[in-house]
Amino acid sequence: MALLQIEDLRTHIQLKEGVVHAVDGVSFHVDEGETLGVVGESGCGKTMTALSIMNLLPVGGHIVGGSITLGGRDLTKLDAAAMRKVRGDDIGMIFQDPLSSLNPTHTVGAQIAEAVLLHRDVSKEEAWERAVEVLDLVGLPQARERIKEYPHQFSGGMRQRVMIAMALACEPKLLIADEPTTALDVTIQKQILELIDSLRERLGMAVILVTHDLGVIAGRADRVAVMYAGRIVETTGTEPLYENPRHPYTEALFHALPEKSAETRERLYSIPGAPPDLVRPPHGCRFAARCRYVQDRCRAEDPLLAGETTAHTYACFFPVGVREKTVAGQLVTVEPTESDETAAVEIPVGGQVVLSAKDLVKDFPVTRGALMRRKVGTVSAVAGVSFDIRHGETLGLVGESGCGKTTIGRMLVGLETPTAGMIRFGDKDLAKSTGREYRRERRQIQYMFQDSYASLDPRMRAGTILREPLIVQGMGSRREQYAKVKEMLGKVGLPASWTERYPHEFSGGQRQRLGFARALMLDPQLIVADEPVSALDVSIQAQVLNMMRDLQREMGLTYLFISHDLSVVRYLSNHIGVMYLGKLVEIGTADEVYLRPAHPYTKGLIESAPTADPEAERTKVNEGITGELPSAIHPPSGCRFRTRCPLAQEICATVEPELKPYGVANHLAACHFALQPPVPVPAAPAAEQVP
Amino acid sequence: MADISVGEALAAADAELGMVPDDKPRSMARRVWDVFAENKLAMAGVAFVVFIVLFCFVGPLIYHTNQVNTNLDLTLCTPSGQHLLGCNELGYDQLGRLMVGGQTSLEVGLAAAAVAVLFGTLYGAISGFIGGPVDAIMMRIVDAGLSLPYLMVIIILAVIFHPNTAVMILVIAFFYWFAVARLVRGETLSLRTREYVQAVRVIGGRPLRSVVRHIVPNAIGTIIVQGTFAVADSILILSGLGFLGLGVAPPATDWGSMLSGGLTYIQGGNYWWLIYPPGIAIILTCISFNFIGDALRDAFETRLQRR
Repeated sequence: MALLQIEDLRTHIQLKEGVVHAVDGVSFHVDEGETLGVVGESGCGKTMTALSIMNLLPVGGHIVGGSITLGGRDLTKLDAAAMRKVRGDDIGMIFQDPLSSLNPTHTVGAQIAEAVLLHRDVSKEEAWERAVEVLDLVGLPQARERIKEYPHQFSGGMRQRVMIAMALACEPKLLIADEPTTALDVTIQKQILELIDSLRERLGMAVILVTHDLGVIAGRADRVAVMYAGRIVETTGTEPLYENPRHPYTEALFHALPEKSAETRERLYSIPGAPPDLVRPPHGCRFAARCRYVQDRCRAEDPLLAGETTAHTYACFFPVGVREKTVAGQLVTVEPTESDETAAVEIPVGGQVVLSAKDLVKDFPVTRGALMRRKVGTVSAVAGVSFDIRHGETLGLVGESGCGKTTIGRMLVGLETPTAGMIRFGDKDLAKSTGREYRRERRQIQYMFQDSYASLDPRMRAGTILREPLIVQGMGSRREQYAKVKEMLGKVGLPASWTERYPHEFSGGQRQRLGFARALMLDPQLIVADEPVSALDVSIQAQVLNMMRDLQREMGLTYLFISHDLSVVRYLSNHIGVMYLGKLVEIGTADEVYLRPAHPYTKGLIESAPTADPEAERTKVNEGITGELPSAIHPPSGCRFRTRCPLAQEICATVEPELKPYGVANHLAACHFALQPPVPVPAAPAAEQVP
Repeated sequence: MADISVGEALAAADAELGMVPDDKPRSMARRVWDVFAENKLAMAGVAFVVFIVLFCFVGPLIYHTNQVNTNLDLTLCTPSGQHLLGCNELGYDQLGRLMVGGQTSLEVGLAAAAVAVLFGTLYGAISGFIGGPVDAIMMRIVDAGLSLPYLMVIIILAVIFHPNTAVMILVIAFFYWFAVARLVRGETLSLRTREYVQAVRVIGGRPLRSVVRHIVPNAIGTIIVQGTFAVADSILILSGLGFLGLGVAPPATDWGSMLSGGLTYIQGGNYWWLIYPPGIAIILTCISFNFIGDALRDAFETRLQRR
């Protein structure tokens, strides 16, 4: 019998404007010791399903139908007191943000011990002993000492380990992990996912892994349920789903992944629009409005979850993919109703150098005191980085958070002043120019912010936001300015009549397009895009990436694209620079860096990033990068990566490696033990080279 | 797909999903009003404020009374057809006096709040935007001001100056702007780091543009709300001063002074018309302004403004 059996679960949330049908007839089961992955875009009811199981729904939310059976007991019938016993004891839960889930005024030990004391008849000492035990279990170094520390003294990854320890303190039979790694770097994400996996095996518990990331699910889940608009639209084993998705929504999610098109550089498929409003769910198939295979029947009737075999079910009248079994009956072949947007796009490479950075350095002072600011140290955010960006190309910068990639972008657009170094742009050094001339020069390099909501003034209308750069730079008459605003709105696909709207009236993807239009207003030569798609769902992300690439071709733009997501960077970039703790450790053409990495850090990053391929994911065990980013106040001597490097030797601690060419032309890496054969130094006589 | 541009394709995709709302966008004032109007208490507050303003400023044109000369024949007369709320100890008609006193209270309340909010906003915004040592020094001045015992200073001022309406406005404003400055400075500190303020630097804008076009409009909600509370507080402070006998000089009066005058007779008989009318007027006016302030705070919250 299944450990958890959910039948026709319906959860409603009462809001002022109506009832949200957040979960609308969801049925699934989880067997003992298995991992069930739940995927879908945001707003599809994934989290509400998880919260329904725990009965931790937000204000106004309640379960209105169906049953949740855990080990023979229907949880929907339990009263509040009985449910409290289930929570934490039978079911543990991990949330997305470990900082806001931990109480900052209590030590982590007290918080874990509290969970034990609530459910077990033990003394305080025993509870603390148990806390040390579980912290050991989740791989927290020196658990006995660190147990008396407060949450803010832990790094993000360590906090998530503490959260897991708390969830596991009473050895639950079921662990619900709601986007457990979304806020973490890929390297830490891999460590946390591996931890959850190994704990599942050792403790024999079942896991429900809720995520929007198909890559995360691929290597971890035994079965997957794809959710859309409050329902499960497809469910089956992980391998069959990834090999042969049958529901058009699942297929669309796969087609939107940049990694699928990284080599071919084809346009990504973007699902148009957004999930429907669940206050008034649409009639018929809920995906019909966004489906490229839609037929009349889809809008009239509601498809049931069914399939040729009971192991693979999907809610669609016209499934895509291959039939699993030859059952008597006619095979319906389906053609997309509109043409596929998969025309290959050529990226032009090799224009003139637009911008050249030389030995850029940025130190942030660490100060104490309010009136008399004493300098007590420096954070070495960027430590001597050089690169060129050529006209019409995209340079991608990747690295973990805290590696200095954002600081570089902010220095280029003038939001930070470099401590040392040179930014050569045209015939000027931007690092040194100031005043009026500098402000005029600003128009040539524009910035695209990560959070489009925060970067657009909420009190300004879209038209004014777009016109502001022109007003500041004194460009054109009023009439010309308005004409330009309309032109740019058209370029990013927003109606010209929307100039009167406020930013919050746009959807997430539309707002990011508006932010991009603002960056285009001054006809800049270079656009610095700082994580422009990391806050967006994969389908919307595809839309923005396609737009950036199409407009690059159309208008001859040059990008510096900053992202933590290697697959996105690889999809969009001609060249990739990899940063680690303020240093550029490797730079080269996108394929060269991705396929033949020379630096162990690059290799580790590539291996840490989850790909939507279950087989590849399962064979990747025990690779990736261990440990966490060291403090930039006291960076390690020599090679800054040595503390986490599997190849590190004595020389790495004493001699700082320089960027040297490896592999083919223009592929540079800074490593004493590079993974690629070095290019012979042209100046040295050939005879001295040892073969 | 090749014959249409990127923009057209994106727009078409949005249109198909009904993500292109066709209703006319509403103005900012309109959206603020829509949220505000949902708050019934605040609407009652607005109604009362409108009533009390009409009562105090239009009322005397209809209900004629002598508020200049005392008339000892009418001392403490009970409410009657001629004197709807009776008379006070000097024979002034109490209803008429409520109107005249209300004029002073409202004038001082509104004017003091306006002066305090204007000056405090300017001071706080400059301090917060410049930051560093300048900010530290400017804020210590505010701390010092906040620690002054205002009653003592006002008593001294009352001795030096003849307390009229203008003096009262300046005195109350002088003690109120510190709090406003501190609030606006905090707001500016957080607004200064917002990405849309940074975006002005990216397009080559000057600091002044950031303050005038982005920081002040975004702090305006806080400022207006604080202004509303300032009106209520100023009326209350004036009433307190009047009650202590430090209000405006006779024959002018305010609600606090009226309350103080009535208190003498509280034990001598049932002279309820001396106590309740000014007391209730003070309470209702202050509560009304507080309700309005609360509702405005919600109304300026963009999250609550549904489209």
